[in-house]
Amino acid sequence: MGSGGMIVMDEDTCMPDVARYFLDFLTDESCGKCVPCREGMRQMLKLLTNITQGKGKEGDIELLEELAETAQEAALCALGKSSPNPFLSTLKYFRDEYEAHVKEKRCPALSCKELIAYYIDPAKCNACTTCGKKCPTGAIIGGKNLIHMIDQEKCTKCGTCFEVCPPKFRAVTKISGVPVPPPLPEEARTIVRESKQK
Amino acid sequence: MSDITFTIDGREVSATPGMTVLEAARAAGITIPTLCHHEKLEPYGGCRLCIVELEARGSTRLVVSCVYPVEKNLVVKTRSEKVDRIRKMILQLLLAHAPDAFDLQDLARQYGADRDRFEKEPSFCVHCGLCVRYCNEVKKKNAIGFVDRGIRKEISFIPQIAAKECWSCKECFPLCPTEALQAAYVLAKALAFPGDGAKG
Ligand code: SF4
Ligand code: SF4
Ligand code: SF4
Ligand code: SF4
Ligand code: FES
Repeated sequence: MGSGGMIVMDEDTCMPDVARYFLDFLTDESCGKCVPCREGMRQMLKLLTNITQGKGKEGDIELLEELAETAQEAALCALGKSSPNPFLSTLKYFRDEYEAHVKEKRCPALSCKELIAYYIDPAKCNACTTCGKKCPTGAIIGGKNLIHMIDQEKCTKCGTCFEVCPPKFRAVTKISGVPVPPPLPEEARTIVRESKQK
Repeated sequence: MSDITFTIDGREVSATPGMTVLEAARAAGITIPTLCHHEKLEPYGGCRLCIVELEARGSTRLVVSCVYPVEKNLVVKTRSEKVDRIRKMILQLLLAHAPDAFDLQDLARQYGADRDRFEKEPSFCVHCGLCVRYCNEVKKKNAIGFVDRGIRKEISFIPQIAAKECWSCKECFPLCPTEALQAAYVLAKALAFPGDGAKG
């Protein structure tokens, strides 16, 4: 990434967010003397932040590319010239991720908080009640033998429910770029347990 | 000292050793846009507007003319598609701070720069360093300096010195291409040396 650092990446790593993270770090390293580096980074950081917050606009990727060229060609020192590298290298291999953020307001890595929603898959929820007890904002509507649901208005996307839902159910999911499915009708929410039917 | 000859935009020009490409161009009546350059001050190389293209052995590279020394047989182009594109972007970045600066507006027209390309920034200062360098190099008072770094870098009067020196000097004020220096002075005066308020 041009800064001597190493980070571990997998499919949960959001590339535009990685670029934003590195650039944010570099804004403290810049001496601030020349325009392409100081002002270029200021604008690149704003654009990348907007993109990862779902506020990216058509043309933002191209504008970032222009700013990257200006820094590479006209910055005074090696730091400034290499400052667009995190953006350029992620764009080169993951342009589709950038476009998903801007055009579909979707984070393919399901990592950008503003672009995802937590959703409990009704087919998988076993009404174990774990998530409801752990949710810090009381956003989970549930109860004994009831399929749990998330009140999106109250949810702060802390991810706790996603962490605590037992692996054997894996009912809490993250979704992005699509509307949250409507809540189940009351009558469909009760889980009838076979053991108790006998 | 023997003259150095080289070409700018296809014209042969001569210069004395130690001159910069910008100085040689100006001596020959060739215009290169600048912002942070000032004859009385040391070359700075901060704004990068004076960037030009050098051709050597079939390849081209960009250098900033206000710091680049003349060399024999240099082939300089003051405009090219790339140079113009970079100047346009630099102007747009500067206009985010100082949309009403006259010098910038003139250049913006020439290079097709859009003053609204970026959202307006709260500070007018374009960090050309003219005020800071003038006070340091010519007045030798260091009454104003840069604080912080990177995107947080700002100019700041040093209250103890400014309170003594600036009121009777104000020599750096006309150098500022924006309204930033005036604004900073008014603010510094109000905050740090209120005693001067009555006088002006
Ligand atoms: S993400 Fe956090 S706030 Fe939202 S439902 Fe899950 S536990 Fe509650
Ligand atoms: S922890 Fe998982 S399975 Fe249990 S109630 Fe919550 S969503 Fe359903
Ligand atoms: S007005 Fe103040 S800051 Fe400006 S040159 Fe004079 S002493 Fe320096
Ligand atoms: S206050 Fe004016 S002269 Fe001083 S650095 Fe800022 S823009 Fe340049
Ligand atoms: S005039 Fe040459 S960099 Fe500013």
